[in-house]
Amino acid sequence: MTIEEVQNEIIDEFAMFEDWEERYQYMIDLGKDLPLIDEKYKTEDNIIKGCQSKVWVHANMEDDKVNFTADSDAIITKGIIAILIRVFSNQHPKDILEANTDFIDKIGLKEHLSPTRANGLVSMIKQLKMYAIAYQTQLN
Amino acid sequence: MLDVQKIRKDFPILNRTVNGKPLIYFDNAATSQTPQQVIDVIVDYYSNYNANIHRGVHSLSQEATDAYEQARNKIQKHFNAKQSHEIIYTAGTTHSINLVANGFSSLLKKGDEIIVSALEHHSNIVPWQMFCERTGATLKVIPMNENGELILSDYDALLNENTKLVFVNHISNALGTINPIEYIIEKAHAAGAAVLVDGAQSCPHLKPDVQALDVDFYVCSAHKICGPTGVGMLYGKEEWLNKLPPYQGGGEMIAEVSFEKTTYAGLPHKFEAGTPNICGGIAFGAALDYMNAIGFENIAEYENELLAYGTAELQKIEGLKIYGTAKEKTSVISFNVGTIHPYDIGTILDKMGIAVRTGHHCAQPIMDFYKIPGTIRASFMFYNTKEEIDAFIVALKKAIMMLS
Repeated sequence: MTIEEVQNEIIDEFAMFEDWEERYQYMIDLGKDLPLIDEKYKTEDNIIKGCQSKVWVHANMEDDKVNFTADSDAIITKGIIAILIRVFSNQHPKDILEANTDFIDKIGLKEHLSPTRANGLVSMIKQLKMYAIAYQTQLN
Repeated sequence: MLDVQKIRKDFPILNRTVNGKPLIYFDNAATSQTPQQVIDVIVDYYSNYNANIHRGVHSLSQEATDAYEQARNKIQKHFNAKQSHEIIYTAGTTHSINLVANGFSSLLKKGDEIIVSALEHHSNIVPWQMFCERTGATLKVIPMNENGELILSDYDALLNENTKLVFVNHISNALGTINPIEYIIEKAHAAGAAVLVDGAQSCPHLKPDVQALDVDFYVCSAHKICGPTGVGMLYGKEEWLNKLPPYQGGGEMIAEVSFEKTTYAGLPHKFEAGTPNICGGIAFGAALDYMNAIGFENIAEYENELLAYGTAELQKIEGLKIYGTAKEKTSVISFNVGTIHPYDIGTILDKMGIAVRTGHHCAQPIMDFYKIPGTIRASFMFYNTKEEIDAFIVALKKAIMMLS
């Protein structure tokens, strides 16, 4: 699936929820289910420092496709990470770089993109794209 | 006893909804809300007499100057300073602290010591670290116990003839502990050190008497006392303010200027370079009028009731731990529930219209002490109610259920 197809799939899933409670409960469950980052990658180097919750991200590339694993000490943040990983993992670095993240607004999580939300989400997207840049350079 | 329903009508913001729910504002320790009486003063200033002060001969400038200086007198009276020029307008507590730190750096030498408390806000630690790097002075820390109280015997042991300045907050922003500043000031003076007290968290809840305290410097921000952001004050004893050099150069702070030499203006203008926050200063005075009309004794009595009620209700929740259980504390409750991250609880509470603070409250050393990433902090003001606490408890239980 392309990034856009995955995003549309997520938008459809979220459209089924009637209110914020269902939306957040789903994210919390996603957070609980998130395959954790390998402990050896939970290093200071891999940490994205948000003001309040810690986020770790690790990336690797296989067959010209980037895969991400991540973790956070806050469960809602983990839920958001799970969504982002679903969108960006197993994709070509060029496609990751070109992708936009408007779908976050469309699934009613816009508030997490505001710079006042100290959950590191904005920095996390930046970090995913940084990895994509690095791998793209390797491919060139 | 105050009439909370009548008081709530003064605060237009309390009528709004957040995420479709009536706002419950429990982030008062970060900033307080503004009553209509203060908003009116701000509107009146910009509608009727906005002008630059102290320089103009025209009527508007004189009116603005009068109002600004009258507000200074109100602040003087409120804190019982001996003279109005001992009140310096600043941009707020952090600015006031930096002003004193900067002034002191020219007075200290290598080997001198500064004492701060373990309960400090970052704004109280960083300027002194910078200061010590610059001067070669040493920073010492008064430790705290598990309840969040300063260990005074350790403080006594830290004091010596090299101690030049003791710096402590009156009330801790993270835990709400009321520090025994009378004792701290007396002991510091006996050792020959000056004392700077951060009143950012105390001024909303009590009325400090700087002469009775015999404190050398006392600082606070207007926005925690129902006033606007961006304005605050530094009280300093006249003798100390005369000793400190000016902080910033600019207009207003000079007496005579030539390219060879500038002589500085007297107090308070020496520390008030440039066009100040005129409207903010006037509104600061109006905020004190508002609080004094309610009465600080009434405020304290009512807020203590909220604190006792909120503490008792929170303690009924399984797995909830309150941080900061000092005997003397103000209406701030810092807590965690089990291993749930404070950020998660804060996010869910916000969805239900409840504003609390989550995180380390700019007091990381305190969080390190308890080995936690942060807390959820609910802080009450005199316009909050027990009904709001009830709604908060219901919402909190729901958040816990969702997150467990």
